[in-house]
This record gives sequence, C-alpha cells and structure tokens, in this order.
Amino acid sequence: MNKNTTESEWTLEIKPVSGWFNFHIKDVWRYRDLLFMFVRRDFVAVYKQTILGPFWFFLQPVLTTITFTIVFGNIAKIPTDGIPPILFYMSGIVCWGYFSDCLTRTSSTFVANASIFGKVYFPRLVSPLSNTISLLMKFGIQMILLSSFLIYFKLNGSSVNPNIYIFLTPYLIFLMAGLGLGFGIIVSSLTTKYRDLSFLVGFGVQLLMYATPVIYPISAVPEKYHWIILANPMTAIISAFRYAFLGAGTFNAGNLIYSSVFMVIILSIGIIIFNRVEKTFMDTV
Amino acid sequence: MSNVIEIKDLSKIYRLGIVGSKTIAEDLNRLWARIRGKEDPYLKIGETNRRSVKGKTEFIWALKDINFSIKDGERFGIIGKNGAGKSTLLKILSRVASPTKGSVKVRGRVASLLEVGTGFHPELTGRDNIFLNGSILGMTQYEIKSKFDSIVEFSGVERYIDTPVKRYSSGMYVRLAFAVAAHLEPEILIVDEVLAVGDAEFQKKCLSKMYDVSEKEGRTVLFVSHNLQAIKNLCQKSVILNNGELFAEGPTAETIDKYNKLIRDVKIDAKTDIDNKLNRRGKGMIRFSGIEVLGSDGNKKFNFELGESIRFRISYEVYKEMKGITIIIALLSGISRECLTLSNFELTKSTVPPGTRGEAEIEFPDIYIKPGEYPLYFELIDSELNGYSKDVLDDLTAPIVISGGSNVKNSDFHPNKPSGYFAIPSRVIINEINSHSFYNEAL
Repeated sequence: MNKNTTESEWTLEIKPVSGWFNFHIKDVWRYRDLLFMFVRRDFVAVYKQTILGPFWFFLQPVLTTITFTIVFGNIAKIPTDGIPPILFYMSGIVCWGYFSDCLTRTSSTFVANASIFGKVYFPRLVSPLSNTISLLMKFGIQMILLSSFLIYFKLNGSSVNPNIYIFLTPYLIFLMAGLGLGFGIIVSSLTTKYRDLSFLVGFGVQLLMYATPVIYPISAVPEKYHWIILANPMTAIISAFRYAFLGAGTFNAGNLIYSSVFMVIILSIGIIIFNRVEKTFMDTV
Repeated sequence: MSNVIEIKDLSKIYRLGIVGSKTIAEDLNRLWARIRGKEDPYLKIGETNRRSVKGKTEFIWALKDINFSIKDGERFGIIGKNGAGKSTLLKILSRVASPTKGSVKVRGRVASLLEVGTGFHPELTGRDNIFLNGSILGMTQYEIKSKFDSIVEFSGVERYIDTPVKRYSSGMYVRLAFAVAAHLEPEILIVDEVLAVGDAEFQKKCLSKMYDVSEKEGRTVLFVSHNLQAIKNLCQKSVILNNGELFAEGPTAETIDKYNKLIRDVKIDAKTDIDNKLNRRGKGMIRFSGIEVLGSDGNKKFNFELGESIRFRISYEVYKEMKGITIIIALLSGISRECLTLSNFELTKSTVPPGTRGEAEIEFPDIYIKPGEYPLYFELIDSELNGYSKDVLDDLTAPIVISGGSNVKNSDFHPNKPSGYFAIPSRVIINEINSHSFYNEAL
C-alpha cells in the first residue's frame, strides 16, 4: 500500500483532551441500538422480584397525593384554584416526579456506571439519554392514572376543563426531559471530581419543588414574589400542564418560551461539560 | 503490510493521593496558567513511575513518550511487570482513558476486552444479556441477531438461555460472556490478560480463539500479559514496558530475553556489583559483600554438567547485632519461578556484634537437576528467621547453567524429554529376560 494513501485512512485518532466542542453526536447515533437496549434493560429489570411490580408506579403518586391533600389541602388549607385537590396535586406530582427522576437518575451517571465506563468505550451520553427515555414509561402509566381520575371527576360534575392545549403535552414532556437531563449531566460531570454535589442533589431537588407551583397555584403567591417563582423554568411547564388538563390558572406563552430557552441553554452547557468530562473521568472518579 | 496502529509520544500522567481541598487549589492554579497561556504547571514535576521508590511529588508518569506501531494482521504482545503501564496503555487504546500527551492513530474497528461480561445484568435472561452485552461492545441489533445461534452454541448454555443469569454458575456466566466477545468481528482485537481467568480449559479456549481470529481471519490482535509463556505462544512481536517507558520492541523471543535480563539485572561475576538496589530486600542489618559460584576445584564457573558439584563462596558484613546467622540458597526455575531450596544452613547460633565480617563456602555435591538455566536466590537472616534482619538477593542473572553431560551415572535422564525438575540417578538391581513364553504356562 502506498504511504500517501494510507495517511488519510485512519479511522480514529486518540488525542489528549482539548477544546470544549469535540462532540460525538454521530457516535451517539451509531450507538442507538445500545440506547434501545439500555431502555429495555430498565423496563425489564426494574421491578423484577417485587410482588407488586409496575403497580408501584400507581401507588407512589396515589400515596403522595393523599398525603399532600391531607397536609397542604386540609391542614394548611392552601387554595387549589377551585380544582379538586386530588387532581391538582396529582397533576403537579406526576410532572414534577418525571423531572426530578430524570435529574437525580442522570446526576449519578458517572458514579453509577463507573464499572462499565472503565471497561468499554461507547458515547457516555447514551446512558443519561436512556434514563430519560425509560422514565417515560413510569410517566406514561401515571398519566393513565391521572386521566382516570380526571374522567371520574368530570363525570361527577367538577369544574375541570381539559382543552385544546392538551396537544402541547409532548412538547412539555420534551421540555421537562431536557431540563432534567441538562441539570443532571451538569451535576454528574461535577460529581466525578467533587463528590460533595451528590449530597446536594437529593435535598436540592426536594427544596426546588417548593419553589415550583406543585403544591400551590401561582395565584396563591404574593405578587412581589412572582418573579422568583417564574424564574424557575419548571413553573411555566407545570402551569401549562395544569391549564391543559384541568383548565386551571392561565396559559402564558411568554413564560413557556422562557422555559424553552432556559432548557436549550442548560442542555447545551450540560452536553459541553459532559462531553469534556467523559474523556477524563476515569482518572478522577 | 501497513500499520493499523501508530502510537506517537504517548504519555499519561496520574495524580496520586486523594481528591480534596488541595485539588481545587491545584485546579485553580492550572486554570490560571491556562488563562496566561502557559503550560500546565503540574505536568513538569511528574516522575517516572517506580512504585517501589517513594516519590517527591504526587504526580507520576504512568506512560512516558511511548512510540511504536503495529502492522496489519499481527499478533502483538505487551509485556511488563505490575505497574509498568500496560493497563494504562490498554485503557487509552480502548478510549476509556485519555492520554495527557501524544496520539494514537487507529485504522479499523477496535474491540477491546478488558473484561468479559461488561454490563451483564443479573436479572436479565441469557438471551437479553447477549443483546445487551453485544450492544455495549458495539455490535448492532442486526449483527447480534444474525450471530445469536452461533453465540449460544459456542457458550454451551442453550438450555438456560431464558433463565436470568444470576442463576448461572460462574463458569456458565463466563462462557456466555466470552461467547459474545468471541463473536465480535473487529479489525483490531485488544485483549487483557484478566480475560484469561477461569479454568485451564477456558484459558486455552480463549488463547486458541485469539489465535484463530488472527490466523484464519487475518485480524490484528493486541494481547497484554505478564504471563510470558502465553505471549511467547501467541505473539510474533512484542514490546516491553518498564516504569511507564518503552524498554524494548521486537520479535517476541528477543524481547522476552530482554525482559528476563531486565527483571534479573543483577549479575554476579568477577565484578559483581552487589550494592545494586534492584532485586535486593532487607534493612541493612547484615549485607552480602560478595558471592562467587565455583566448581569443585575452587575455580569460578557458571556452566555445570549434570552430576557435578557446585560451590558458593559467600562473604558478608554485619552492621547491627544479629542473633545468629542463617544462609538460604535456592535455585529459581524458569518463568514460573518455582523455587528449589538447596540449603538452609545455620552459620552460627551465637550473637554476632556489628562490624563482623564472615565468609562461607558451601558445596552441593552431585547436582541432579534437569539441564537448564537457573537464576539464583540468596538470603541471610538471623536464627529466629526474623524477617526484619534479612538481606535478600533475588533472581540473579548469570545464572547457573546445567547441561546433560558425560558423567551422567546411569541416569534415566534424557536431555530432550520433559522430565520435571530432577534427574535422579538410578541403579539397576534386577534385570532378567526369560525367553520361555508365558502363553505356554497356562496349560
């Protein structure tokens, strides 16, 4: 073989980590089968050897909803915009649950997968991506639960008005997945070196919930604090979701655009950091 | 043939110790250096990776300026002691870790087996795990589907294919995992020695599979091990890594010779430098000051014939009080280093004060061990065999060579037959040959 022709035929060059923008998006696409296998693994393995199986997906939001109804509705008497408290809380819990699951699961990507990552190369982004996808199953099942409650209350004449905005749901899910993934991979990248952050994530997410209208409507927040609540990108998403399914509150397109921009920025920052860390984390984790 | 892997100035630095507040300070320092456009200040102070010597800094070069290339279809070995940098090199080639400097160019698809069964999920069935593991190793669904039957057959666990792998015996587990790996069809296969765990039969299967992959399918195989025998059997060419640096490169037979010299680089001859620190252990309470190997006539000699006598003349110096002195002399054998202790001789029982010099000459008459090269092992220790007071010279070169000779007295030993370690002389007591046929006796 001629030397000149061989020079150009290298399929791969391994070099020191340099720059922040060497992405392997093509690689991620090449490994889509692996993404599918990871999702499948999660589906099959998650409730093996549990007695109730996927029933846990129901039990979790139901029990939380009951607790919230008692504590925040009956004891604290926080208003719910005139909507049956059960529907109000459950819609918030289902949405917030998906977002926080995405975030916490993704944030342990490197630490949890260190044994695999240390032995085989594949685009690491496949792992957190598969998380957000497999969590959709849980979200989907919980949506069925929410819909059944919705129909039940509607038939009993409650003042809930599902409307055309329901068709926005896929986009809202996309936003939540993007935000959860973005925050998650930022945290996961940083925890490889500074393990302290993993302690923060658990209760940080918990606290963040109270800065999001999950247990209260925006209308219950004093006017002067609105900007704080609205700065939270999850606010617009959960409000839009409630408006679409329950007809509660108002729909504000501007806030939703803000959330979308926020998601794009966070996800971009996340991917850039993640991409950088995935090459060096074996030395630090 | 063209190069499929070209490694150029490859270096990797590791930071020892723990990650703590100091790390943040260093990170900031590094960031500051980068802002000013300067080189990473911590890269300059890296040290050679010698684990036995305590370093001055926390940064060491796990690999330093490695250069070599591998040609298409070669079976290539990487040899080195523990900590020589083998695994680091492997990790870089597998893209699991990144180099600090330098580059590696690769042509073709690489599959690396640093372990079998990566990502196996215990709750999933054998079938699911084949797909999962295959995807992790980079196969597409379609590829796995088309090879599925062959994988199952190779693994020999057909009956349990729909059982969760957590119910498998460890042998079945490894076989299934290896079966998946064996069906990868990369242009370049990188295999770590940890793969060769399991029973002898399985190891043989692994090695012969690697041989087949290279010989029949013309693929390039990179094999990493410190099992010299395996490398010798498998690889045509190899490199030696030592303390993170490339020590030698070439045909395997040559590099293994060099490796043997490397690990036994204390020579004893007329000008023995016994102060050499390598291969020597001890606290300096007592030290060998000279070792000579002599024939029975008292002249220096290294080559002996089977059945000859060997003498060792040992001199030593005592630096701290010793409660008696015992000398141990042993021959080491070949690659696996099994030890044959020749002597465990108490030179004195009484307490020896510092400043004492001693000399001893010990003879081993009529050595009947299999011809070959034997590195030597010497140890001085007190009578209580207290490890604290010892001086050990291990694995010395200029080893004794014993050859089958003319004075083999009636030995059954045949130089070219495998016969264990010993060639013990024998004597015929009865040797009758009766020509009367036993067929007739029964009648």
